[in-house]
Amino acid sequence: MAPAPSGRRRSRFSPLTRQIFLYLFGLLPAVLVLAQGMANMLGPNPVSACLHEFGRWAFRFLLISLAVSPLRRFAKLDFMVYRRPLGLLAFTYAALHVVFYAGVARHFDTHVLWKDFTSRPFLTFGLLTFLILLVLALTSTRRAIMALGRRWAKLHKLVYVAMILASVHYTIAFKTWHVEPFIYAALAAGLLALRLVPKQTKRVA
Amino acid sequence: MAVYRYPRPASSDITPRRLFFSRRALLGTAVGGVLAGGLRPGMAQADAPVAESARGWPAAETPTPRDDVTHYNNFYEFGMEKSDPAELSGGFHPRPWQVQVDGMVDHPQTWDLDALGARFGHEDRLYRMRCVEAWSMVIPWQGFELGALLRAAGVKAGARYVAFTSVVRPSEMPGQRGGLFSLSWPYVEGLRLDEAMHPLTLLATGVYGEALPAQNGAPIRLVVPWKYGFKGIKSITRITVTDQQPPTSWNRMAPEEYGFYANVNPDVDHPRWSQSSEQVIGEGSLFRTARRPTRLFNGYAEQVAGLYRGMDLRKDF
Repeated sequence: MAPAPSGRRRSRFSPLTRQIFLYLFGLLPAVLVLAQGMANMLGPNPVSACLHEFGRWAFRFLLISLAVSPLRRFAKLDFMVYRRPLGLLAFTYAALHVVFYAGVARHFDTHVLWKDFTSRPFLTFGLLTFLILLVLALTSTRRAIMALGRRWAKLHKLVYVAMILASVHYTIAFKTWHVEPFIYAALAAGLLALRLVPKQTKRVA
Repeated sequence: MAVYRYPRPASSDITPRRLFFSRRALLGTAVGGVLAGGLRPGMAQADAPVAESARGWPAAETPTPRDDVTHYNNFYEFGMEKSDPAELSGGFHPRPWQVQVDGMVDHPQTWDLDALGARFGHEDRLYRMRCVEAWSMVIPWQGFELGALLRAAGVKAGARYVAFTSVVRPSEMPGQRGGLFSLSWPYVEGLRLDEAMHPLTLLATGVYGEALPAQNGAPIRLVVPWKYGFKGIKSITRITVTDQQPPTSWNRMAPEEYGFYANVNPDVDHPRWSQSSEQVIGEGSLFRTARRPTRLFNGYAEQVAGLYRGMDLRKDF
């Protein structure tokens, strides 16, 4: 097999296969957390342990998906093929997080949930984050990309907004300030700041 | 003098230690079924001999399993996670221990812990515990009434409050080292004198029939069952009778979120979450929590509502 132009060995798997592999691999933490929960290894409140773990994984995959383009631009490492499954993993964990909150913890009590989402700022931030990720996931199909054309790229810039909302959601979710949310927020801020670095136009006519 | 009767379960309703531990063996054999059903062993326990020993009590008043009581704690001196107090309290030395009783009393005195036990004894009290974070437990404490200690000290006329101070030992309590974002130490709490003298107000020295483990506030802590859990200051070193309302730790941290009174009240929400219902720790499954409505004064309204007659509980939350 001829080497790829970049000099790296071409994978024997198609991009789609590799995307599916990565997605399934990314689901492992969820499987492990749920298995621990069922084996009673998550302590006296396994529901909130799962809930929080899913939330953290959603944040992690969001961070990783936002690292893809800076890695290509600044480190010449091209993982672009994996950006979609990474984004979908962030959405999947966010969905698990929401289902555990609304369903498992709150029993889908619409009255309680409405009050929660309208009167508790950190939940409002969380819900808005999820709604953005939902829209981005729904428009991540090839057909949606074709249909939206240029507007697709614009729409998917909403992921920056989601990153900021998620940072606020996590930071204000505790009774006191915790260190971990600030670390996540700092990573998010760093990745967003890289977008502000002006693109150099070296080539002279 | 009339003998005060608090709403207490018969001693036969509290799971004996022997039975409690025999259930662990039973559990081992039940793990397969538990896994298949996706249920927590807590549920399996409820089907075991507890059902019999808890006869006569509504399901919600079944004592929370001991492991949950001792492994799901807010004790920021040891760390901010619920599991931290059990995991990080190994270096804490609850003995020897002294409690200083001073302020507006006739007989200020520094009590040795054992002297307190010898003088005031230990009685069983099965109390509901409602955390301000909207979860609850049912805990079998051993201890004595704070009122008995205060009567022995002789409260002076004009005294209106009781202030409590907890221990400061950064070398033994990792949460007191650094703790950039945490509370300031020592942890302090306070009660109005009539609250402190109320027969429900307990100084606990044991839980589940044994000396308090470090994570539950060893060796002596306050239990005020109609108030949110954070009022129950742990590892008490000093009790001061005063005429000034004393500062309290969480109120200092966020006055708009935690009041001085902190009475359990389903109608007064915490600014960031609802207090109308609570998650019952130790019940429910991984796929459905056990929840129940929160009751005014945590279900002790009959005993304590009179203390607050004429007060606006929304203002004095």
